[in-house]
Amino acid sequence: MLYAVLCYNDESVTCTWSKEEDDRVMRDLTAVQRKYVEAGKLGPVARLLPTTAATTLRHGIGETIVIDGPFAETKEQLLGFYLIDCASLDEALGFARDLSSANPSAGSYEIRPLALYKPGELPI
Amino acid sequence: MTDQAWVDVALISARPQAMGALLRYFRNLDLAEEAYQEACLRALNTWPKNGPPRDAAAWLIFVGRNSGIDKVRRKARETALPPEELLSDLEDREGELAERLDGSHYRDDILRLLFVCSNPVLPATQQIALALRIVSGLSVKQIARAFLVGEAAMEQRITRAKARVAAAGIPFETPDAADRAERLAAVATMIYLVFNEGYSVMNGPEGVSADLCDEAIRLSRLLLRLFPAEPEIMGLTALLLLQHSRARARFDADGSIVLLENQDRRLWNRQMIAEALAMIDKAMRHRRPGPYQIQAAIAALHARAKRPELTDWEEIDLLYQALERLQPSPVVTLNRAVAVSKREGAEAALALVEPLGDRLSGYFYFHGLRGALLKQLGRGREARVAFDRAIALATNTAEAAYIRKELDHLAGETEPAHAEERR
Repeated sequence: MLYAVLCYNDESVTCTWSKEEDDRVMRDLTAVQRKYVEAGKLGPVARLLPTTAATTLRHGIGETIVIDGPFAETKEQLLGFYLIDCASLDEALGFARDLSSANPSAGSYEIRPLALYKPGELPI
Repeated sequence: MTDQAWVDVALISARPQAMGALLRYFRNLDLAEEAYQEACLRALNTWPKNGPPRDAAAWLIFVGRNSGIDKVRRKARETALPPEELLSDLEDREGELAERLDGSHYRDDILRLLFVCSNPVLPATQQIALALRIVSGLSVKQIARAFLVGEAAMEQRITRAKARVAAAGIPFETPDAADRAERLAAVATMIYLVFNEGYSVMNGPEGVSADLCDEAIRLSRLLLRLFPAEPEIMGLTALLLLQHSRARARFDADGSIVLLENQDRRLWNRQMIAEALAMIDKAMRHRRPGPYQIQAAIAALHARAKRPELTDWEEIDLLYQALERLQPSPVVTLNRAVAVSKREGAEAALALVEPLGDRLSGYFYFHGLRGALLKQLGRGREARVAFDRAIALATNTAEAAYIRKELDHLAGETEPAHAEERR
């Protein structure tokens, strides 16, 4: 089954990391990813820019409304996601646990099974 | 990250909100700061043992508030009868209610805290020092190092700034829309000053002041999270990100300035550029241009050019003209002259630069640019005079080193001619 692993954290904390701290977290997370890439389990990985760069489109009455900022004002924000192919929820939880131990700050990982997946053809 | 490091990061990121709330409770900067320090000490003791609280700021506000009240009570006992009735609204059982109220207050709390440090009664250097101390929580020692002054001198500067702020009165009433806009503008200026302080003294790879640039960007993002629909704050954030994206390319191995057109563009930070460009797109939708947005748009045109010769100088010229109309200043005209020199040549640019002499005679970049234009026009002797003037006005070694290279270059160009004459 395909799972999305959604990463939530307080971005005022992650934006406070120094360049060195950020690099170190990214390096440790990449090491975790490598293991799953080599096992042929890991799909796309995305890190999002801060929510200050976000714009939200809402469906208003008769027209759409464009709002600056993220969909919801929350204490923790969606900062990125992974797609991973796992045999069971336990395996997906194991992946999230690996990520969590590589990333020392508080924060949460939401594990969401996918209903549909189209890999797309981005020429990147 | 070690335990110590993540606690530090959590404390720094929670600081503006916690300090802002404590300032509202105690209405006094020193008292708020003491209460916050006390809360931090307790956090350092308990967080590594118990794990981080889910809401670090709320934890610090609660603990800081209680310890601050203790202190006020003790002081009251030492001096006179306990004015219990004055303190009754600070009872612990009301703590929970106060915390819930905080949610709706936090935006104005943080803005007030930032505004206290941006008060126009303070000269620029005091604004920067106070903001770094109060909002960012840098130690006096760190700030002194960034300003290249002694610790005692910096301590004194901060004390003086606090006294001025207290004398001017800290605004505690909830601001209306006009007040809020005014405070926002003052805070934006202060953040820009913090950035510039870092940007202008930064030289060499180990420059401590790169931290000031990062800090200004952090404050600017914080402000934008509080006011997500303000195009000028988007413009400010974009501008700072774009300027800072070039940090690694701005100086060569000798610590001399590298002009934009000679920079190795592969050293530019692409992620910062991407964030800035997204921010400018968002700001443009509002169709309310302002100085920060225009400056960001100019910086973005440089960032978008894959090679220097692909720079859209025509658009840059137009944007500088717009900036001149919005915010007339000889420095803006001087910057426009660079665009004009690319579009119409050194002659036209020099015609724009010469009349600025009266007002910019003490400005390093005026003489630097004038020298460069004269050099392009083959007026070597006049160029040398201008460069000599620039070098005398250089405020750091990077500027001086750059001009020295220009002078060496001039000497290299003119000497063969002399040699021929002699022959």
